[in-house]
Amino acid sequence: MKDGYMKFVHSGAGRVIAKTLGLPIPAKLRRKGAPSTLGPVLIGGGELTGLLQSQVAELGYQLGSTPKQKVHALVFDATSIKTPGELANLYRFFRQNIRRMDRCGRALVISRPPEDCDSPEQHIAMRALRGFIRSLGKEMRAGGTSQLIELSAGAEQNLPSTLSFCLSPVSAYVSAQTIRVNAVELAETADPKAPLAGQTVLVTGAARGIGRAIAETVASYGAMVIGVDVPPMQGELDKVCRDIGGRALPLDICADDAAALICEAARANGGLDCIVHNAGITRDKSLAAMSDVQWDLTMAVNLQAPLTINAALLEAGLINDGGRIVGVASISGIAGNKGQTNYAASKAGVIGMVERYSSVLSAQSISVNAVAPGFIETEMTAKIPFGIRQAGRRMSSLQQGGLPVDVAQTVAWLANPQSIGVTGNVVRVCGQNLLGA
Amino acid sequence: MTELRRVAIVGSMRTPFCRSNTAYKALSNQEMLTTAIQALVNQHNLHGVKLDEVNAGAVVTHAADWNLARETVLGTTLSPNTPATTIQQACGTSLQGALMAAAKIASGEIDCAIAAGTDTTSDASIVFSKKFSRRLIAVNAAKTFGQRLKAFRGFSLKELAPVPPSNGEPRTGLSMGDHCELMAKEWQISREDQDALAAASHQKAAAAYEEGFFDDLMTPMAGVERDNNMRPDSTPEALAKLRPAYDRKSGKGTLTAGNSTPLTDGAAAVLLASEEWAAARGLPVLAYLRMGRTSALDFVAGEGLLMAPTVAVAELLQRTGLGLQDFDYYEIHEAFAAQVLCTLKAWEDDTFCREKLGLDGALGAIDRSKLNVKGSSLAVGHPFAATGARVVGVLAKLLNEKGSGRGLVSVCTAGGMGVAAIIEK
Repeated sequence: MKDGYMKFVHSGAGRVIAKTLGLPIPAKLRRKGAPSTLGPVLIGGGELTGLLQSQVAELGYQLGSTPKQKVHALVFDATSIKTPGELANLYRFFRQNIRRMDRCGRALVISRPPEDCDSPEQHIAMRALRGFIRSLGKEMRAGGTSQLIELSAGAEQNLPSTLSFCLSPVSAYVSAQTIRVNAVELAETADPKAPLAGQTVLVTGAARGIGRAIAETVASYGAMVIGVDVPPMQGELDKVCRDIGGRALPLDICADDAAALICEAARANGGLDCIVHNAGITRDKSLAAMSDVQWDLTMAVNLQAPLTINAALLEAGLINDGGRIVGVASISGIAGNKGQTNYAASKAGVIGMVERYSSVLSAQSISVNAVAPGFIETEMTAKIPFGIRQAGRRMSSLQQGGLPVDVAQTVAWLANPQSIGVTGNVVRVCGQNLLGA
Repeated sequence: MTELRRVAIVGSMRTPFCRSNTAYKALSNQEMLTTAIQALVNQHNLHGVKLDEVNAGAVVTHAADWNLARETVLGTTLSPNTPATTIQQACGTSLQGALMAAAKIASGEIDCAIAAGTDTTSDASIVFSKKFSRRLIAVNAAKTFGQRLKAFRGFSLKELAPVPPSNGEPRTGLSMGDHCELMAKEWQISREDQDALAAASHQKAAAAYEEGFFDDLMTPMAGVERDNNMRPDSTPEALAKLRPAYDRKSGKGTLTAGNSTPLTDGAAAVLLASEEWAAARGLPVLAYLRMGRTSALDFVAGEGLLMAPTVAVAELLQRTGLGLQDFDYYEIHEAFAAQVLCTLKAWEDDTFCREKLGLDGALGAIDRSKLNVKGSSLAVGHPFAATGARVVGVLAKLLNEKGSGRGLVSVCTAGGMGVAAIIEK
């Protein structure tokens, strides 16, 4: 789906008109594969500074910079902050350097989970950072984003995959998120270019849209993909799976034998390392006018099927230890939406699944997370009436809709075995949409 | 006096070198120097570490870079408590920086240091004429409108013509190439020999790249991963087709763009330390910087401008009691192929060694298979101040790979100076 307005304001005349009228000029986001080299990363703050510097250098980012150089990212270690008063150190770091930020820059704060803090002062100071990072996200210019990583004590070795995600262009449409990283034993580090090599990833709804982008993206990182979609979509599903060297598994996830068929496919591939519950539908209607079918079908596809499939796979031991379960929620599930009582309920239910199962499955080192897409340019959002569609795009800090690949890259990060310390998170891929924020 | 300590060469890093006004044309000396030093810091995990000394500099600089070394350190992840000295000795800059630090490490005055150099002729400072800059200073000092007007009395547009930078020798008015052409004629260095040396330099550097020798000595910069001056397919036959670059008219000129180094942008850095410091940080000792020597000769009175390394090396050998043949590697910086060949010929010359070097006889010939084995400046390029650190890094790695041995470094500089050093393992 083309964003005509965006194209217009990036044209010569369009830019002049937009500037004159004070209209928003959404930045062209830098995504993976853009040819430009990224500027240096500036790191400051507390005791973890040295560790962050070596991890960021290891990720291939430039560290040293001159005062005249634009920087790609500002990273602040706030873990040493003990009182609200010491937040001034954070303020000063960003105040001094924020104007040096390059386009599509990254502001990143590393903190401790507030509830883990012994002292009330530190708890409060850490909680304060969530407000800071959200405001900073709204102030970032030219496609910049901000994130807060709440790093549990001793989870330093779990940080790099998340650090990499947040600094890289792959997180183009993710902003103002708080990401929790726990200490979990890691498997040996894989090839950074193919972090999913040797991993089997099952993706539902893989024939088109976001699901297809997920399948293609995780495959690009080396994963063996089992793509699932409904039998009427088999043609497209086969093509997607053929192109990425995956396997097509056409079935209706709501059918009685769906879980058994998925278990069978999982068993044939030595169990699943990751399952992405992407399949989802909308059946929008105001509650007063909604039919039973609209309610039941939405709930069945979006929520009940993932639960049933998870239960069957776990029961049969077909999600390998260290495996990842990734759900797809929605900002509707967070903020609610008119005409979407069914959809919002199902997506909020997915968030419930994350909350509940992340703690239940932590013993098996299985992570459970979800992405919550905002306005993503898909066939689904193309059906939204023009006015609302334009508003949906602009009502975010990045002032534009996201692309399926933005969601897919976020899923790929959560699907990375090196991200196993990330669990219980619902990460919005919404360009800091105003809804529910 | 306490016993002297051995000076460990721990590691080195450089950016790829690029011909002037190519890939690095938008970069400043400070950016390039930052990249090289930061890469060294990354490689040895020195984030937040306070080093005792950073000696760094550039030959072609802006007035604003008066505190280049310290400003660069502040932009790296080294501890901001690391002091730095901005130094300059033309093409000898970073080698001299290493020798200065090494002496302090040996004496126990300091434990660790980085010596580095950078140069760009893409970002050369272009200055106003002296007359016009005096006017600007007068305007700045003026308090009344009348005084301001007075500052521009007699102004002519000619004053606005910028004074371009030049690499000519101020006392002779000749460029370095002109001087080297004179040397080549004096020592009767043939065009064929020069082209053969240049082609060999390219081929050896290309082979070193192929075997991955430079992999842990280099950090990419601005998307560049290899020196862009290097031509792996260079041959003496191809080089023979080039026209003389300096003596263009007499028909006897032998120096060409192919057997001379081009103006080059880039930076290099080397980490030196006491053995104890390196061990405490779990860092390797590639080799030891044993001794250095700097000499100069009176080129204004007619000596060869780039012949000073012959003196520096002779004096270094006398002080250490070594012979010219007691080395496993020779790193003789190739400012020009003719410079290297003049130097070698002079050492083989009985009269020169007696009269100019004050020796009993010729130092003799060296085994040419040990000379610049991974290529040198003719191939990779020569960002003036960076070359010394590059050479020290290459030689230290060579000796470390060999396991033991001894190498000789010599670098000629503007102003008729030469810097030499001995590296051992």
